[in-house]
Amino acid sequence: MTEPVIEVRGLTRRFGNLTAVADLDLTVEPRTIYGFLGPNGSGKTTTVRMLTGLLTPTAGEVRVLGHELPRDAERLKRRIGYMTQKFSLYDDLTVVENLRFVGAIYGLGRRAARQRIEVLLATYALGPLRDRRAGQMSGGQRQRLALAAATIHEPPLLFLDEPTSAVDPQSRRDFWERLFDLVDAGATILVSTHYMDEAERCHRLAILKDGHKRADGAPAELMAAMGARVVEVEGADLRALKPQLAALPEVVSAAQLGSRLRVLVHDRIPDPVAWLRDQTLDPLPTHLELVHPSLEDVFVTSTGEERP
Amino acid sequence: MNGLLLSLRRILVILTKELIQLRRDRTTLGMVVMIPLIQLVLFGYAINTNVRDIPVALVDQSNTTLSRVLAQTVEATQVVRFTERYAEIPQAQEAIVAGRVRAAMIIPADVSQRLARSAAVSPRLETPPATDGPTSRPVAQWLVDGSDTMIAAAIKGLRSMPLAELLRKPANRMTPTFEVALFFNPEQRTAINIVPGLVAVILTMTMVMFTSAAIVRESERGNMEMLINTPVHPLELMLGKIVPYIGIGIVQTTIILVLGHLIFGVPLDGSLGALAATTLAFIGASLALGLVLSTIATSQLQAMQMTVFILLPSILLSGFMFPYEGMPVPAQYIAEVLPATHFMRTVRAVVLRGAGLHEVAFDTLWLVGFMLVGLLVASLRFKKRLD
Repeated sequence: MTEPVIEVRGLTRRFGNLTAVADLDLTVEPRTIYGFLGPNGSGKTTTVRMLTGLLTPTAGEVRVLGHELPRDAERLKRRIGYMTQKFSLYDDLTVVENLRFVGAIYGLGRRAARQRIEVLLATYALGPLRDRRAGQMSGGQRQRLALAAATIHEPPLLFLDEPTSAVDPQSRRDFWERLFDLVDAGATILVSTHYMDEAERCHRLAILKDGHKRADGAPAELMAAMGARVVEVEGADLRALKPQLAALPEVVSAAQLGSRLRVLVHDRIPDPVAWLRDQTLDPLPTHLELVHPSLEDVFVTSTGEERP
Repeated sequence: MNGLLLSLRRILVILTKELIQLRRDRTTLGMVVMIPLIQLVLFGYAINTNVRDIPVALVDQSNTTLSRVLAQTVEATQVVRFTERYAEIPQAQEAIVAGRVRAAMIIPADVSQRLARSAAVSPRLETPPATDGPTSRPVAQWLVDGSDTMIAAAIKGLRSMPLAELLRKPANRMTPTFEVALFFNPEQRTAINIVPGLVAVILTMTMVMFTSAAIVRESERGNMEMLINTPVHPLELMLGKIVPYIGIGIVQTTIILVLGHLIFGVPLDGSLGALAATTLAFIGASLALGLVLSTIATSQLQAMQMTVFILLPSILLSGFMFPYEGMPVPAQYIAEVLPATHFMRTVRAVVLRGAGLHEVAFDTLWLVGFMLVGLLVASLRFKKRLD
């Protein structure tokens, strides 16, 4: 049994009266991608900053790669990579200059740095852009450069704070391929996101809301254990039907997706389709079907919030 | 040992990065050269404490040949120029209030009698007794706008001008109480004193400005969040950031002193070693000061405001404009804290008076001490945390 890469007990951070992170427990196993899913302001960035030693926790124990935080923050810094939410390399330096800078800061020797940079340029398809200034690159290219810089010293643990917020879907897919390559090579990755499709790719994830952890586990487990079942409803006047369904106490939420309503029914109802058919609704639904839950459904049930 | 080597490499790479960024920032690079160039030419010509051609009014109540000659003699000193003529004194006073003239000379109707008895024309061996009314009466009167002390002093300087040649009498040789030998600037040209002082002012401005923005800029552009996540030490960051500006400071000093020598004939008598030592110490002190400001300011705008806050006393209290010794003692204490005051002394000593390293050692060491304290404060204040 290998030791967890990150172990957190009772992590709390207050800014004045605001509690950004409240009593958080986390365990991140090696060679996994662990996701923080939550809306803006749910405490994702604050948590990541505490785990990298940038912020001092108000309370709680943090162990990252065997280092006690915040005491060992400086020693930890050599062993982690951090990709900030906002692009934080130099706009007026070229790709190679940026990588050379970061490499030297991490103490890579001249020859080692040169070899490593060539490898990174090839891995992240930055070769043709090597002399392009970072400020003149697209969102996807900048993001690849940022990942290359964050991994230049081959850290065993990588923090990515909303890495794909400024990136198109194709680039996002490629980006995740690179992340799985890194995990395959032995790295552990902690990624924060508010995209469902991104969260779904994680091995495990924690759903955060207002600084509290609402659920955690593998995406499939979370879907199985979400405590509600999903019925898709078709009918004539969905806009009129939706408030009627949402008013029922057994209905967790109802949301329109095109020509269907996605209705989450609490799992104390054994047969939600039959139960829905028995309700007095106007107009009556024309078609009812039990479907598989998605991560978004998990998010809605665990945060009690409308769909993001 | 290995750690030290790593440190040096980090400093070197930060320095290289700063140089690359500086090279690509054409505006800043232009300012490096243009600020000293323009200010030298502007101030070298413009700042002049020898007051000349003050516009004044003339009220000639005598209106004789003698009074006209008297007015011409006064104008011939080049201190004043009669731009307005009035018949009545109140008109002249109005002109002073309105600011059309700075002073008025009133020549009374009995000017010829006054002149004949005046000591300025026929100085006797004995001074006339103070009770002797007619002989101690002045020849004419000046009404002066005394609010500008420099202009007032210039006109006061006319009080005892010799008038003997007015009456075509041989001028009596006046025996001065003291003999004055003017060293270092015998022609009394202001530029001689201003140009070395400009080195201090311009270096204060550019050095503090560049470095005070240096750290803040990294925070504003978001680079700091990346930097503080790396193993870089605050002192490494500070050193890497200021070293390129030492070069800039040397370039600016060279521009000012060489052009000052060529255009304004400012001597370059002192030892080059002493000049280099004291200039480097001052550049270091200014850069360290800028770094401290940089750790206090939260935006580049704030950094700029703090630079101005430092710059103004550096111009006004350092001895650049007014003699340090003439200031009240509390102001001298404040001036003593500013690096510019110390450098003002050393650079003038070396450039104008040919002083050597030995003579400027105290102030130079003071500057070195200031730099070390500044660097220490800046790297202690710089937190690798966000809280």
